[in-house]
Amino acid sequence: MRRPTAVALLVTYAVLVVGALFFLTPFAWMLSTALKPDGQVFAIPPTWIPDPPMWSNFRRLVTEIPFLRYLGNTVFVTALSVVFYLSSSAVVAYGFAKIRWPGRETLFYLLLATMVLPPQVTLIPQFVLFQKLGWVGTFLPLVVPPLFGSAFAVFLLRQFYAAIPEDISDSARIDGASEWQIFARIVLPLSRPALATAALFIFIWTWTDFLNPLIYLTDDRLYTLAIGLQQLSSTRAAAWPLLMGGSVLMSLPIIVLFFFAQKTFIEGVSTGGLKG
Amino acid sequence: MDDRAAAPRARRPRMTRRERRALWLGLAFVSPWLFGFLVFTAYPVFASLYFSLTDYNVVSSPRFVGLRNYVDLWRDPLFGTSLYNTLYLAAIGIPLALFLSLAIAMLLNTRIRFQGAFRTIYFLPSVVPAVAVALLWRWFLNPDFGPVNQALEAVGIPGPGWLADPQWSKPALVLASLWGVGGSMVIYLAGLQNVPVQLYEAADLDGANRAQRLRYITLPMLSPVILFNLIMGIITSFQAFTNIYIMTGGGPSNSTMVYALYLYQNAFQFFKMGYASAMAWVLMLITAAALAVIFRTSGWVHYEGRT
Repeated sequence: MRRPTAVALLVTYAVLVVGALFFLTPFAWMLSTALKPDGQVFAIPPTWIPDPPMWSNFRRLVTEIPFLRYLGNTVFVTALSVVFYLSSSAVVAYGFAKIRWPGRETLFYLLLATMVLPPQVTLIPQFVLFQKLGWVGTFLPLVVPPLFGSAFAVFLLRQFYAAIPEDISDSARIDGASEWQIFARIVLPLSRPALATAALFIFIWTWTDFLNPLIYLTDDRLYTLAIGLQQLSSTRAAAWPLLMGGSVLMSLPIIVLFFFAQKTFIEGVSTGGLKG
Repeated sequence: MDDRAAAPRARRPRMTRRERRALWLGLAFVSPWLFGFLVFTAYPVFASLYFSLTDYNVVSSPRFVGLRNYVDLWRDPLFGTSLYNTLYLAAIGIPLALFLSLAIAMLLNTRIRFQGAFRTIYFLPSVVPAVAVALLWRWFLNPDFGPVNQALEAVGIPGPGWLADPQWSKPALVLASLWGVGGSMVIYLAGLQNVPVQLYEAADLDGANRAQRLRYITLPMLSPVILFNLIMGIITSFQAFTNIYIMTGGGPSNSTMVYALYLYQNAFQFFKMGYASAMAWVLMLITAAALAVIFRTSGWVHYEGRT
């Protein structure tokens, strides 16, 4: 590509730096508030550097609100969802990618169609169903549906499986391997990158999910972080250091993951994984 | 010959043993999804269509009322408000986000120092959990103690009430949502990497200037990505819920009451499940209509290998 002129380069840098400030300031404000002593929260003009930084605010998250319980609930729901979604989707994707059977394409289009269906359409009958089963107010509505796969993960894994050369499976078939063995011993181990991408995105959805816990978790002992923080914001509107501290801690795992798996993040976003 | 064609076919072309085996095997592998699809998608779609024709509060069984819910929607001023607010946010927010993310991506695609650091800074906000984003912006735009208004005041501009002011609440939501444009920026960046360098080299030989390169190479080559981001933008903004539920709860004076929020309130606060189901179906029709219009008018999208 042609080298940009000095003026163009200067303008580029100037715009990028100003833009970066716009994107960074809210982060700085979040961190700064999280560490403020109560007296400085409503200071005019605002203090950006808390003096002294109150690291004990984070301890208050544990003593003043059941933060650890919310965290534990979130970890529990997220871990089960990731494992369930991933294992079911991995199996289903094999049926769509590696076995030729009549009706396969039709069902696959149906699966793709479910991705654009507004969730509001199925939300109410699902709620009624779980209500009749007596599951509302438990974790079951959050962790049972993942046993049946996620359309996004199936799609992602199917694309990946389809790129694995058929000769490998064929020679295994000649050696008498069953489809399940080919799936478990050959295709699955080769698909680690795709499994990692799917796991990452399922992790982010369930970790940050708000609507489903809002509808199904009626008992505050079962609240996830998303609901717990929202609840705290409506009961103690002025507790900004706690709210910001909680937000920092809730965002932290995702930000850390981002730094370890930048490429995976970006590939997943490009296949439409971050829409939620 | 004619007889044979008219008569019911005596024998369907039967599947071979192998084919039947493949069918059962395939179905066995996809059965978890198939079961989930039938129970959590197919049945709910039909049930919700039926509920939308009933009066239903979950406790007593649904009572058939025909199209009354749809007629009521038409007469409900708050439904109109929620639809208007949703379309307003989409009409302002989507073009701004499309333009901003494309502009940042193009700037970040030039040869500059700290490219990785800049990309991280612009992308990171888009992975912050919606709850944290909503709480943060509520506090960041606080009219009395937030840094935005304090900064405005410092330069002599009286800051607006942002989320507390019906005039400013929607622009405030758009501003907060623009913080998350990093997601679409990354998609543009991926698209920009796929533009063949030879095209630019050829343009240089022909003496094309910067604007011409943008107009005749970059934008046409990126048009499928722009279409993708446009569609995602429409889908997400029609379904916007979490950030608005937390930032404003629909207020002040319903100025941020959006479609998905009003639907949620009808379903889970007023337990008007029939009414909310009718809203869900109207939302689906609006989304489908919007996407149909987009595809019909997508002549501007340039697909490679197609003339």
